[in-house]
Amino acid sequence: MDLTPWEKVKLARMPIRPTGIDYIERIFEGFIELHGDRLYGEDRAIIGGLAFFDDIPVTVIAQQKGRNTKENIARNFSMPHPEGYRKALRLMKQAEKFKRPVVCFIDTPGAFCGIGAEERGQGEAIATNLAEMMMLKTPIISVVISEGGSGGALALGVADKVYMLEHAIYSILSPEGFASILYKDSAKAETAAKDMKLTAQDLYRFGIIDGIIPEPSGGAHNDYEFVTGRTREIIEKDLKELMLLPVDDMLKKRYRKFRNI
Amino acid sequence: MSRNIFKAKQYATSKVYRSRPQELKGSIEERPNVPQGIMTKCPGCGRVIYTKLLIKIHKMCECGYYFKVSANERLAMVMDEDTFMEMDQHLTTRDPLNFPGYGDKLVKTQTQTGLVDGLVTGKGLICGIPTYIGVMDASFFMGSMGTAIGEKLTRVFEKATDERLPVIVFTASGGARMQEGIFSLMQMAKVSASVAKHSAEGLLYITVLTDPTTGGVTASFAMLGDIILAEPGALIGFAGPRVIEQTIGQKLPEGFQRAEFLLEHGFVDRIVTRDKLRDTLGALLKLHYREEKVQPMGGT
Repeated sequence: MDLTPWEKVKLARMPIRPTGIDYIERIFEGFIELHGDRLYGEDRAIIGGLAFFDDIPVTVIAQQKGRNTKENIARNFSMPHPEGYRKALRLMKQAEKFKRPVVCFIDTPGAFCGIGAEERGQGEAIATNLAEMMMLKTPIISVVISEGGSGGALALGVADKVYMLEHAIYSILSPEGFASILYKDSAKAETAAKDMKLTAQDLYRFGIIDGIIPEPSGGAHNDYEFVTGRTREIIEKDLKELMLLPVDDMLKKRYRKFRNI
Repeated sequence: MSRNIFKAKQYATSKVYRSRPQELKGSIEERPNVPQGIMTKCPGCGRVIYTKLLIKIHKMCECGYYFKVSANERLAMVMDEDTFMEMDQHLTTRDPLNFPGYGDKLVKTQTQTGLVDGLVTGKGLICGIPTYIGVMDASFFMGSMGTAIGEKLTRVFEKATDERLPVIVFTASGGARMQEGIFSLMQMAKVSASVAKHSAEGLLYITVLTDPTTGGVTASFAMLGDIILAEPGALIGFAGPRVIEQTIGQKLPEGFQRAEFLLEHGFVDRIVTRDKLRDTLGALLKLHYREEKVQPMGGT
């Protein structure tokens, strides 16, 4: 299915697309959600917790969009505050302690822009995740399932393996924001989407992601089982490989992966 | 090397010059036809200052206004004289997205500013202590970070890690370089990775946040310093104030996202006036200096 970049943007944002929890429920067993950053609060834009992948205990973290307006308000439209990123990091450090791999599902328009987010150090929270994830002594796999917006997405995206769904997007900024900055006109988002090169196919060609997870005809929303099944296969293969790697080798590879971009 | 530690070079303090700008002010008003460039008017108070004098008074006006400082001026202000050796001065971007119009704009900006990109990096002495340093220059694409800046900074941290030296970075940036898209975003991860490796070796990293420090720079290496200094009044934030106002639909409080606000909220260690920066950096470097671990300055 050939979609234009702008069509992919619209598809990736469709509320009927599978969200983080849809992947978690279908790929893992016995998910136990854990809350809070132990510093300030609980951010419902990011969910995290423990589950089994086959018989392997894992830590799972996902940016969670709502499937309707009410849920979206509760989830802040999947735009995390600093405490969301700090909760994610707390769970990752916990995973490191108990030698559990980490699986992240990325789906956010971006980190939230607001007074509280700035007061509590949105920049610091993201920066710390980037640095800490690079050094985390346990495997990390990240999958951009729909929308990967800016530093707010990258803060869960420093991983040994990074994948994107076939019609997912991953970019420096939303096409609307990009158009408003560079073309002084947010209505030119469609042009921006093309110029920005934000599709999974572009990013794979650039060598920024490790692979593309295929979607069913028409998009992921048409067959949740298909798309979560394909995601599961990739996680299974990578987890087995990564868990056999000596930690030092894994960290060296992780460093080289980002160093070479 | 150790001999140099306490041989701090004499440097002008603002006090020495404090009385002179006012003397000049009167004479200027009587002579309205001053050739452009010789005198500079302070946007803060309207006072007119000899442009040549500006650098000596650290580009600070008496009224408290801070003039923008170019990367080279900053280096002149903080490094010991004739010790700075620039690295990678010709490193430029390869325009990874082949973005429409970017190549031409780059060449034009390079010609206008005399810079190759918005960051100067290198190695030198501050108060006699060797350090790596990176200074961003906001006059180049608003100091935005693309692949050239990301690569240069990463090399600084890698070299400093190899040689077991500290790193000082002056930030001044509107964030990520839009025209390099996802590659700019990935520079945040790349530079942060090299900072993390440098840090894991027990080495010192100091950031000095200057006006403005926002976006992807704030959300990566700017906030990763062991010690984070800021210039008074500097705008520091993740999202820019205009974007926040649009998002939340309300006016932002006075002083929001200024250095003092960040200090108040616990995100900055110290606010340092520009005339005290060099001495402060020197003192911090001395506190972390261990001679046996420092390799000689190359002597090339």
